Amino acid sequence: MMLAFSTGLAAQLVHLALLVAAAPLVAGFVPWLKARLLGRSGPPLLQPWRDLQKLLRKQPVLAFNASWLFRAAPALAFAATLTAGALVPSFALGMTTAPVADLLVIAGLLALGRCILALAGMDVGTAFGGMGASREMMFSVFAEPALILVFFTLALLAGSTNLDAIAGVLRDGALGLRLSLGLTLIATLAIAIAENGRIPVDNPSTHLELTMVHEAMVLEYSGRDLALIELTAWLKLVLWLTLTAAMFCPFGLATPEAGLLSWPLGLLAWAVKIGVLAVGLAGFETCLAKMRVFRVPEFLGAAILFGLLAAVFLFVSTGFSAGND
Amino acid sequence: MNDLLLQVLALVVAALFVLGLLGAVAPKAAGAMIRAATIACSAAGTIAAVVALAADGGAETLVLPLGLPGVPMLLTLDALSCVFLVLLFVSATACSVYAMDPHEAEDTRALPFFPVFIGAMALTLLAGDGFTLVFGFEAMSLASWATVLARHEEPASRDAALLYIGIAAFGAACLIPALVLLSPLAGPSGLSFAAMRAGIPPDGWRATLVLVLVLLGAGSKAGLAPLHVWLPLAHPAAPSHLSALMSGAMTKVALYVIIRLLFDLAGPAQPMWWGAPLIFMGLASAVLGALRANIENDVKAVLAASTIENVGLIAVGIGVALIARAADQPILAALAMGGALLHAINHGVFKTLLFLCAGSAQHGGGSRAMDRLGGLIHRMPYTTGCVLTGCLGLAALPPGSGFASEWMMLQAVLGAPRIGGLALQMLLLVTAGLMAMAAALAAAAAVRLIGVVFLGRPRTPRAAAADEAEGPVLVALIGLAGLSLALGLLPGPMVRWLGPALRLTVGTAMTEQTGLGAIRPAAGVAGYAASAIAVLIGLALALALLALRRWAVVGHRQGPAWANGFAAAPAWLPFGDPLTQYGAASFAQPVRRALGASLLAAREQVDLPAPGDTRPAGLDVSLRDPAMAYLFTPIARLRGRLAALADFMQFLTIRRTLGVMFVTLILFLTVIAVLESR
Repeated sequence: MMLAFSTGLAAQLVHLALLVAAAPLVAGFVPWLKARLLGRSGPPLLQPWRDLQKLLRKQPVLAFNASWLFRAAPALAFAATLTAGALVPSFALGMTTAPVADLLVIAGLLALGRCILALAGMDVGTAFGGMGASREMMFSVFAEPALILVFFTLALLAGSTNLDAIAGVLRDGALGLRLSLGLTLIATLAIAIAENGRIPVDNPSTHLELTMVHEAMVLEYSGRDLALIELTAWLKLVLWLTLTAAMFCPFGLATPEAGLLSWPLGLLAWAVKIGVLAVGLAGFETCLAKMRVFRVPEFLGAAILFGLLAAVFLFVSTGFSAGND
Repeated sequence: MNDLLLQVLALVVAALFVLGLLGAVAPKAAGAMIRAATIACSAAGTIAAVVALAADGGAETLVLPLGLPGVPMLLTLDALSCVFLVLLFVSATACSVYAMDPHEAEDTRALPFFPVFIGAMALTLLAGDGFTLVFGFEAMSLASWATVLARHEEPASRDAALLYIGIAAFGAACLIPALVLLSPLAGPSGLSFAAMRAGIPPDGWRATLVLVLVLLGAGSKAGLAPLHVWLPLAHPAAPSHLSALMSGAMTKVALYVIIRLLFDLAGPAQPMWWGAPLIFMGLASAVLGALRANIENDVKAVLAASTIENVGLIAVGIGVALIARAADQPILAALAMGGALLHAINHGVFKTLLFLCAGSAQHGGGSRAMDRLGGLIHRMPYTTGCVLTGCLGLAALPPGSGFASEWMMLQAVLGAPRIGGLALQMLLLVTAGLMAMAAALAAAAAVRLIGVVFLGRPRTPRAAAADEAEGPVLVALIGLAGLSLALGLLPGPMVRWLGPALRLTVGTAMTEQTGLGAIRPAAGVAGYAASAIAVLIGLALALALLALRRWAVVGHRQGPAWANGFAAAPAWLPFGDPLTQYGAASFAQPVRRALGASLLAAREQVDLPAPGDTRPAGLDVSLRDPAMAYLFTPIARLRGRLAALADFMQFLTIRRTLGVMFVTLILFLTVIAVLESR
């Protein structure tokens, strides 16, 4: 009992440390690869680290009418996102937080982070902040139903909304390959792109005001506060990649029964999965241009449709009813 | 024990009615005493109901020396009424404390109706027979109608009151036949709930008619679509503490009537499809209400629209519970019903809080229009803190109170497909998606409300000089905010406390699935642990702050807002040009275009003057609620036609009048002759 708890706690701490460490790496890798694909040399891989160090050394400039909420928001949004990250298994199942790692809670915590930043965007009272906040909230109106439909299919297949339990069931391979899982994966990727403000929904590297959503929302932030906000955004990207991997490709995850010896394999598998997804993301972003804001509901509407189809296929397939007789 | 508590509650109701009478006779002289006595009555009611539910002493009945000739009125106290009584009296206590505010006290027009309103709601919840139920329900309607008319100088209030009384009368016309259909015996003695339970429950067309009449009669008061159109008009028109009671408590009384009639009095053997109409109406209310909350421009109308959304979600929970109970899945039914009841309580608390905050903002900032406020966080820090707490529940974000109850209902929806049947599974699939959309819309509405009213720059000089609430208002706000936070952190004990009511309605309490820390969808599986999540967020926050202290520079500098190099405002605009800041209409634009255009027929008319023209640009947004366009407008037109016809009939010449009478007489005699001959 004690041993299992300490293993779980150790896995949890290693997981958190790696998650925070991987965030700037992934954030550096994707632009570098995109630049290489376009024939440019690209920024160094460690550029986000250097940005972080630079920003942390700078005092933030606050607008005269910024309230306490504006000052507290970066830390609060970071805390909400880190909490969500703590619940998503990266390389090992059975972490300390596994009993509370509910998918709906993870979605709720991400929504909490989003609402805090949207409020901060409204605080100074500039047009950019309001524009970014209102658009970000509009995207979520379409992203959340799609996400819940994804969870619906997974909950039907695994019999639970606990991410640890779902990953465990899928890891055992009892379900095999299913059309529903494929459709759900497509929906999840579309939601991940929208939630992280990647092309074609939003452009994280843009400096053209009218095309910005997330960047417009946090336009007033500078210095130390901006560092925290950037780190939150990177963390969110790694979180989504890890979440996708945990839901659809939980192979190689270390289990509490297998002990510490399964950790190296789990870590390697996680690195490979994140790497593959990041390469896919860079390739996808290179091929597409950003779409108009009012096309985004259509993009996410497609995700909703895939989520619906996945569940419908599950209902009509014999596997579901046979499995529950 | 419970008989004593029931007597206390009966006395509280009687005292509230007497206070109302006193308020009508001597509003100026007895005003302060009436307000203080209302607080005392509400507090006593809260304590009695909490103790009664904790003691779980079973049902208790009290025979009143009043009522129809020969048939006394009955009061009954059981677990279900206790849950709703707690909700009512907590809300009423806070509202009556708020009413002690000297600014509110100046206006004595609503004074006599306030205690009567509370008393009538309590009477409805305590009713032990059909007559008492209808009596309380109608007294509640009339008292709240009078408060809607409190500011009758404004034409909008008069229109709202007219629509409200029309729909209330329609509701009564549906509810009374529903109770008669449920009664097994002819005559008034069959109207007692005990007789209804003892008799054979209705079946066939009678049962269907009961369902339809209950949904129309009580659903119209709860604000279920398509009978919700009056709610965003009437709730904001009343004084704030009465709006809070109407949204927080009165809609729940209507839901109580639905639960009492459909779960208790209609018997346990109703078919599975009974849940479907509730789910349909609930989903339509949830999405339409949340969407309207994103578009309305009046602070209280936003909150009232969000009430429609929350009532819709509760109705979905009740519908899923009905389906699960009919499918003999008591654990699932308990999960859905527990979620619905918990959400009713959570919503009762945070919506009361938010309406009182809106009242405070209206008083402090001088307006209810979102586009005349702004930046109140600087001048009204406590009110803003309370609004943030309330909106945490409204937006269904963890670890707020709304998340726990919506989590439970969503878990029930995710678990219910195992009942089987493709049609049901499809319905549940759509339900899950639309519930999530309603929650996301509610979050967007909460961000809009806080962002436009409390953050940003003031839009008028009046808002720039807003005054923080003080005295009793702050006491009411902070008390409710604390309660709302506690409800969010401790959903497990709350559901356990709801156990007796769950056993009464769905046959099983969730004792094995709930603990101090967590709620689980079934015994032995993982669930939602609100307090653990809160602790994790706290740890992550502490970690972030420690890391900042260790590695980051301290202090900050101040300067004008950057706004991508936008020029600073001139000196004669101390808060900048109000138009360069996002307002209520501009924040709503993305959602309005993406969803409002199809669901609410939202149209935008942009009036952009040509270069050189000095007339101001204009934006005109028009909305049309589908219920208004496709249900109420045709009904109003039909009513107009009938009135015109009656008018025509009234002024016929004597010859024609005699002719019409003669033809009618012949017609009647023919009908009688045909019926006699069979």
